Amino acid sequence: MFKKFIENSRAKSPWIMHFDCGSCNGCDIEVLACLTPLYDVERFGIVNVGNPKHADVLLVTGTVNPRNAKVLRNIYDQMPDPKGVIAIGACGLSGGVFRECYNVLGGVDKVIPVDVYVPGCPAKPEAIIDGVVTALAKFEGLKG
Amino acid sequence: MKTIILMILGIVIAPILGGLIAGIDRRVTARLQSRFGPPILQPFYDVAKLFGKDKVVSNFWQVFCSWVYLIAAALSVALLFGQTDLLLVFFVQAIGAVFLVMGGLSTPSPYSQVGAQRELIQVLTYEPLIILVFASIFMVTGSFRIDEILAYKQPLLIQLPLMFVVLGYALTIKLRKSPFDFSTSHHGHQEIVKGVLTEFSGPYLGIIEIAHWYETIFILGICALFWHTSLVGVILLLVSTYFAELIIDNTMARMTWRWMLKYVWSIGLAMSFVNLIWLYAG
Ligand code: SF4
Repeated sequence: MFKKFIENSRAKSPWIMHFDCGSCNGCDIEVLACLTPLYDVERFGIVNVGNPKHADVLLVTGTVNPRNAKVLRNIYDQMPDPKGVIAIGACGLSGGVFRECYNVLGGVDKVIPVDVYVPGCPAKPEAIIDGVVTALAKFEGLKG
Repeated sequence: MKTIILMILGIVIAPILGGLIAGIDRRVTARLQSRFGPPILQPFYDVAKLFGKDKVVSNFWQVFCSWVYLIAAALSVALLFGQTDLLLVFFVQAIGAVFLVMGGLSTPSPYSQVGAQRELIQVLTYEPLIILVFASIFMVTGSFRIDEILAYKQPLLIQLPLMFVVLGYALTIKLRKSPFDFSTSHHGHQEIVKGVLTEFSGPYLGIIEIAHWYETIFILGICALFWHTSLVGVILLLVSTYFAELIIDNTMARMTWRWMLKYVWSIGLAMSFVNLIWLYAG
């Protein structure tokens, strides 16, 4: 019974951590908009933590380049399992408009495994919340 | 026998009550910010989730310190419910506070180090005040034993109104509310990440959270001593005190530790002396 409660709780309390690998700030502002009273993600138990050791879901915005790939990898490794990763915006998905730049590696999934892709330029707060909820399905999948 | 039953009751009820208070706290805070807020049971979900996560620790001390912190907090609540000695209760809870600092200091992470130093300063700030409150209760009732204090005829609030405010300072610091929330805070994206809790993760963070619930109940229990004569009085006093905490939390900015030390000690000591002199003169 206790085990079941833990598994249900996982879906009810996803703590997010937001990492910006050099985005244009468009997607970041949308992520932060989710925390404002208008969208109020705390309703769903989502808390924005600044610490990978406490986080369950990593939100990554922007393009990955050789410099911040190391940082991204480091942050990902510090998060205890079970964890989810969400790539946000066209840049996070594939590099977006910066795809062809000499320093851009491409999407977030070139460096760490991504569970959910949230498209848009910038992604809408509704879509981001939806992405987090979809990522929770991964935790659900861990059941049993 | 009665003492043991009360102690066990305290150990079992305190975390449930503390978690509910934390949930109501988050809900009311959200309403004050015109948000909807999480469900009341959210703190329980959070802790259950934390217990389901991988155990990642930097060293053995973190495990040990988080457990000692929990046991000390639970024991102090049990001793309070069991109506034993106030001084004993005080020393037991001080052990817990110190072990949390040691857990923070045990890792080389600068965030955790800074957080632990600040936590130490917070402990330094509120412990003398709590001791003064206990001493003043002794001066009124002539005893440190809680069962004898409870046998006192009048509410203590009549003779120690300023000491109750002083206890309110200790409560604000213990609850980690603004303007005294610099060692760690509930919304951990401030200047030093999560302060003393930065390096704790997974189940150990959950243990610390439960210990924090015990501590909330501990301080509220001491507040309840100030109007022990009627149950309605206790409830009225606790609800209004906690609501005042929430208002202060939502209207104040966080301050520096220098400000806290100066402000809390000067005002707290001044109020204690005024109250004690008044007690003697009156
Ligand atoms: S997807 Fe668009 S809005 Fe988002 S970071 Fe890239 S360019 Fe900016």
